[in-house]
Amino acid sequence: MMRTKLISELKPRREITPSITGAKMMTGNVAAAWAARLAEVDYIPAYPITPQTEIVETLSQWIALGEMNAKLTFLDSEHSMLTAAGTSSLAGARVFTATSSQGLLYGFEMLYNIAGWRAPIVLVNVSRAVAAPITLEPDHNDFLSTRDTGFILLQTETCQEVLDLILLAYRVSEDHRVLLPSIVNLDGFHLSFTREPVKLPDVEEVRSFLPTYNPPYPFRAGKPSAKGVAVLRPPLYSFYKYQMHLSSLNAIKVFKEACDDFEAYFARRYDVVEKYMVDDAEYVFVMMGSFTSIGKKAVKMMREEGLSVGLLKLRMVRPFPTQDIRRALEGKKAVAVIDQNISPGFGGTLFAEVSSTLYNVEKKPRVVLPVIGAIGGKTLSVDEFRYIVELMMKYEQRGEPEPILLFREDELREVESLLKLGVGE
Amino acid sequence: MSRTRFSTLKDLLGEDYVEPGTPLCAGCGAIIALRLFHKALGGRVVWVNAAGCITLLIVYPFTPLKSSWMYTAMASAPAGAQGIRDALDILIEKERIPVEEDLKVVVVTGDGAASDIGLQSTSGAIHRGLDFYYLCYDNEAFGNTGFQYSAATPYGSRTATSPPTPLIPEGYRGRKKDLFEIWRAHKPPYVATVSPSHPMDMIRKIEKAEKYKGPKLFISISPCPPGWIIETMDTVKLAKLAVETGIWPLKEAVYGEVHHTYIPRRLKPVEEYLKIQGRFKHLFYPVRRDDVIAKIQREIEEYWRIVYDKELGKEDSGLT
Repeated sequence: MMRTKLISELKPRREITPSITGAKMMTGNVAAAWAARLAEVDYIPAYPITPQTEIVETLSQWIALGEMNAKLTFLDSEHSMLTAAGTSSLAGARVFTATSSQGLLYGFEMLYNIAGWRAPIVLVNVSRAVAAPITLEPDHNDFLSTRDTGFILLQTETCQEVLDLILLAYRVSEDHRVLLPSIVNLDGFHLSFTREPVKLPDVEEVRSFLPTYNPPYPFRAGKPSAKGVAVLRPPLYSFYKYQMHLSSLNAIKVFKEACDDFEAYFARRYDVVEKYMVDDAEYVFVMMGSFTSIGKKAVKMMREEGLSVGLLKLRMVRPFPTQDIRRALEGKKAVAVIDQNISPGFGGTLFAEVSSTLYNVEKKPRVVLPVIGAIGGKTLSVDEFRYIVELMMKYEQRGEPEPILLFREDELREVESLLKLGVGE
Repeated sequence: MSRTRFSTLKDLLGEDYVEPGTPLCAGCGAIIALRLFHKALGGRVVWVNAAGCITLLIVYPFTPLKSSWMYTAMASAPAGAQGIRDALDILIEKERIPVEEDLKVVVVTGDGAASDIGLQSTSGAIHRGLDFYYLCYDNEAFGNTGFQYSAATPYGSRTATSPPTPLIPEGYRGRKKDLFEIWRAHKPPYVATVSPSHPMDMIRKIEKAEKYKGPKLFISISPCPPGWIIETMDTVKLAKLAVETGIWPLKEAVYGEVHHTYIPRRLKPVEEYLKIQGRFKHLFYPVRRDDVIAKIQREIEEYWRIVYDKELGKEDSGLT
C-alpha cells in the first residue's frame, strides 16, 4: 500500500462554525439522497426495489431539474448495477448506489468483486427481510449477509444518522489507507419512509470535509492498467485477502479520525459504537439500527425503576469494533444480544460475533444471552426488553441459554387467527 | 468504403497491440480475432471481459496487451462497460480529465457468456444505446471449462456434456442459438459476423462500425483446436471452410438491415468442414450418419436460399 497523506493533513486546520441551517423534515430515503447530492457524487447506477426506490427517484428528479450534476443510469438488474458501480469507481468516479433485500442478493457476486477491486463506492441498503416468505418488512438478514464481502458496514438509527454516515462512509472508503467500499444500512419503513428532522450541512463545508475522490490508478488512455485479473498462484490470493483484512481494520482508526473532523465541521459526534447508559450498567443490551430507539426508551424506563441497565449500539459492523465492544462490556453481569436476523439452525449473527469478541476478555460477563427479535417486520416492545432483563438475571445465576425467540401473546393470537383463515380450520 | 487505413493485407503489418507470448492454446482462433480487432481500433482501448478462455490472457503479473483490461464476472461484462463509459463521460464533462484520456470500451466474451448468462446485461446495454464494441469469440461451447455444450453449440457436435453414445448417436441434439438475430432485434447501429480467415472483411466492418455511436457488435467464429479436435495449424483453414460451406455466413446489419458481405457463388458441401474435425468424427465413423450430415446441409441451404432470393437474382443462386 502506498503511503498517502491523511485527508485531514491536506485540509487547512481552521475553526469551523458549525452550520445549522435548521432541520428539515424528510424520510430516511430522502436523507440518503441528500447525502449523495452533498457528496457531489459523479455517478449513480440504479435499479428500483421497495423500500429503496424513493432514493433513486429523488436523485433522478434532481438530476432532471439540473439541481445535481451527476450521471444516473438505470441498469437491467442489481447485478449489472453493482458491476457498473464497481467499474465506474475504478475509472475514477465517486459512485453512489442503493438497493434492498432481494436486489442485494441478486447482485451479491459483485459485492465481493467491488471490495476486491478496492473500489470505494457507497451502497445504501434499505433493509428488508429476504424471501421466502416474501415480505416488504425489514430485518437485518440482507445487510448481515454482506458480512464477509470486504465492505465496510455501517448501521443507522435515525434519518440524520443516515445522511451523516453516508458522508463519513465516503471519507473512510476513499482514504488510501482503506480503499474499500461501504454499505450504509437503514431499516426499511422505520427509517426509509419515516419523516424526521434532518439538519442539512452546507455544501461548501461538505466539500471541505470530503475532497474530490483521488483514485490511485484510474483507467486512462495514457496509462494502461489491468484490473480484476486472475491470480493463479495460491499465495497471491492469500496476500490480497490479507491486505483487504488489514485495510478493513485500518477503517476503525480512519473512521474515528473522520468523526473528530465531522464533529468540528458539523457539531455532531459519532463513534464506532454508541454507549447509552452503559458505563455504570450491570445488564446491557447489544443491538443496532432504528430499533435501538425503542431499546433506549426501555432502558430509560427501567433506569427510573432502579434497574441497572444500558444499551450498546453497534454503528460499525465491519470492521468489527472489537476493542470498543470489549471495553464497553467487560465486567458486566450479563449481556443480551438482540439479533434482528436469524441463521436457522444456529441463531443470530451478532450473538456469535459479540460472544467470540468477549471470550478472551479476562473480566467477561457471566452470560451472553442470545435473543432473536424483530425479524421480518415484527416490532419490539418495552415489555420484551423487561423480559430479556429477567432472563439475563436468571442465566447470570446459572444455565446455558439457547437462542430466545421473541414472540408476544398478541402476536401469537394474530398469527393463530390468520392460520385459521389460511389453513381453513 | 471511402477511407481506410487498411486497404490490403500488407497494411495489417503495422503496430500490434497484443504482444507475442500469451498463455492461450496454440492455434486459438479467438486471439487472431482479438489481434485484428485491436489493430483496427488502435491502442486507446479498455477491454471488458467476462469469464472465458480469454480471461486467461492476463494472469497476474503478466499481460500481453498494450491497452487496459477489466475482468468483471461471467454475467455482466456489458454492465462493466457501461460503468467505465459513464464514468469517463461524466469526468470529461466535469473537466476532471482531458478528452485525450478517453478510451474505447470493448467487451470481449466467449459464446457461453454472450448467449445466455450475459444476455440480460447485453440486452440492457444495447437497449440503453451504450457506446461500446462487443467482440464475441464463438468457439461453440464452454471452451475454458473443458468444452461443455453452450447455447451456441451446433447440432451434431460432440462436447464433454453431449458425448455421442448408442442412445444419442448424433451427439448434441439442440440447435445453435442465433445470437446475431437476437442482437439485431434490438436494432443497434451495427452488428456483424466475422471470421479470422477473412481479415480484410473484419477490418472493413470494424472501420465501418466506428462511424456509429452506440452498440457495435461482432461475432467471430473461433476454431478451437482442443475442443474441435483439429490440428493447431488448421484454425484458419477451418474458419475459411466454415465461410465457404455457408455454415458461417459473413454479414452485417446496420440498424437492423441485413447485408451479406460475402456470398459464396457455390457452397462447398458441409461435409468438407465436418469431416476434418474430431468433434464431428462420430458422424463418419464407425458408421456414416448420412441423415445427420444431410440435416446439417439442408439447414445451410435453407438459410442461403432466402439470402439468394433477397440479395441476388435467382439466376445467380449458388445452390444446385
